Amino acid sequence: MSVVPAEVLPGSTRAVTQTVPRAAAELAPRARLWPSLVAVYRAQLSRARVARIPLLFVATFQSVGILIMMRGVVDGGREAEAVVAGSAVLVVAFVALNLLAQYFGQLRSSGGLDHYATLPVPPAAVVLGAAGAYASFTVPGTLVTAVFGCVLFGLPLTHLWILAAVIPLAGAALSGLGAAFGLLAPRPELATVLGQLGMSAALLLGVLPPDRMPEAVRFARDLLPSTYGVEAFARTFRASPDWAFVLADLAVCAGVGVVSLAVATWAYRRAAVR
Amino acid sequence: MCAVRGLTKTYPAVRGRRGTPATPEVRATDDVRLDIRRGEIFGLLGPNGAGKTTLVRQMTGLMRPDSGSVEILGHDIVRHPERAARILAYLGQESTALDDLTVSLAAETTARLRGLDVRAARRERDAVLDELGLTPIAGRPLRKLSGGQRRLACFAAVLVGERPLLVLDEPTTGMDPVARRAVWASVDRRRAERGTTVLLVTHNVIEAETVLDRVAVIDQGRVIACDTPTGLKEQVADEVRVELVWRERAPLDVPEVAALRERAVESGRRWTLRLAPDEARAVVATVTGGAAFAALDDFTLATPSLEDVYLALGGAARQGLVRA
Repeated sequence: MSVVPAEVLPGSTRAVTQTVPRAAAELAPRARLWPSLVAVYRAQLSRARVARIPLLFVATFQSVGILIMMRGVVDGGREAEAVVAGSAVLVVAFVALNLLAQYFGQLRSSGGLDHYATLPVPPAAVVLGAAGAYASFTVPGTLVTAVFGCVLFGLPLTHLWILAAVIPLAGAALSGLGAAFGLLAPRPELATVLGQLGMSAALLLGVLPPDRMPEAVRFARDLLPSTYGVEAFARTFRASPDWAFVLADLAVCAGVGVVSLAVATWAYRRAAVR
Repeated sequence: MCAVRGLTKTYPAVRGRRGTPATPEVRATDDVRLDIRRGEIFGLLGPNGAGKTTLVRQMTGLMRPDSGSVEILGHDIVRHPERAARILAYLGQESTALDDLTVSLAAETTARLRGLDVRAARRERDAVLDELGLTPIAGRPLRKLSGGQRRLACFAAVLVGERPLLVLDEPTTGMDPVARRAVWASVDRRRAERGTTVLLVTHNVIEAETVLDRVAVIDQGRVIACDTPTGLKEQVADEVRVELVWRERAPLDVPEVAALRERAVESGRRWTLRLAPDEARAVVATVTGGAAFAALDDFTLATPSLEDVYLALGGAARQGLVRA
């Protein structure tokens, strides 16, 4: 039997190809940004119930352990403020940067992005929904760390409400970075490594007091997104905090957050479409 | 409703590095031309690695072809890939994006991401879960389900938020017959009520024969045949498949059996032969009489299946067999 192109074989493709151009059919509506963001957010939050809670404990224990360890080294004053603020924001870095980088890295390599690519959902909704959910996971751990730190180092608890601003803004900045790492890394193992490196940077550059750091390290510290949240938080421990500086730090953090989430959205678009 | 013309995609050659050998350039999709009519279940049949999934990914806008066009319901998908999400629903081979969600949340979230509001999403979710019999396990995360149940839950996510075209990549893998029947019943219902079209990728020949209206046989990126299953089988109607299963070993002392040995495909105790009807009749007469029969455990005489069609069309070309 010879192999002949399908059209030539008798009796095949009985359809008469239509030459009349058909009007384009009506498309189903696109999902709007806010409702789809909320849907993704809810879905990601429910994942927490299944798997994330043990990891939340690990994040909190890590920071509490650091507080206890630093208690032996640092006595009070500016350094204590830096340690407590840095450890609290470290919880956010662990979950929003490290875990989110792993999640997106693994999702991308296993082809999970295809599911979202074949849905009419704006890319920003997927990234922001996931980033927002991971940032929300950090709230209980951060609060516990902050309270424990204040009690341990004898710092005032009066201005802890500032965390209501620090967590979302630092969370936005760090989760954007985490998502970008996960989506840009060519292999999921690299995404994990980048996430861990980022968290280690947040640990070393955020927890250790900056006064005695060499110039180069202080420059790196300024580049890290979480630094501004840490600084803002640390300033509120003083007797009469300079609110102008706190607001300025939070504003920079917010700006960095916007940029980092925009980069993450761009990274998602790049990863999802070939 | 869907027209594919001259679709071509080549994966570039990868230079060898230390530890990994070089891979040559692969023609994953080779000038493919297809027409899918509204309301039909159209199948892509072929072995692993034939390029079925690559072809489907280009048709759903997930991959950009090197050349060619894909037109679905009047929309050019190659130029506007984002429109594909608004016309079709895709069930891929992976389910990782939904793995940690419960069955009901997976369906509801997918419905909301298809543009439905909360109440409509919940209504459709309940209807679809009920239709597929998933309500008892609606609260379990997909990760904890068996393979077939997980596939059925992913299929539920494909059905919510109706779309005129469903693209299913091996949807019934790992499913038991009850689940499989539920899947095809729900597809038939949508076909009858709304004229939903289905593009199905499969390598399951039996399912292909029972479910498909038309099938395109793919081999190494090319469509080697495209017709109804019956029409394709007519092309190999001059052949009949004879399968012989010997008790212990074939009685090669019988001269007719020894002569058959070259033409048979042996696999353990089973011999498979593809013969013209008269020859098949002669073979059956030989083995069911005399010494050969004592050594015979079982024999089957069957009309060609789609598997035989594939081998006749594609396998012959590859192995360069000449048939008179």
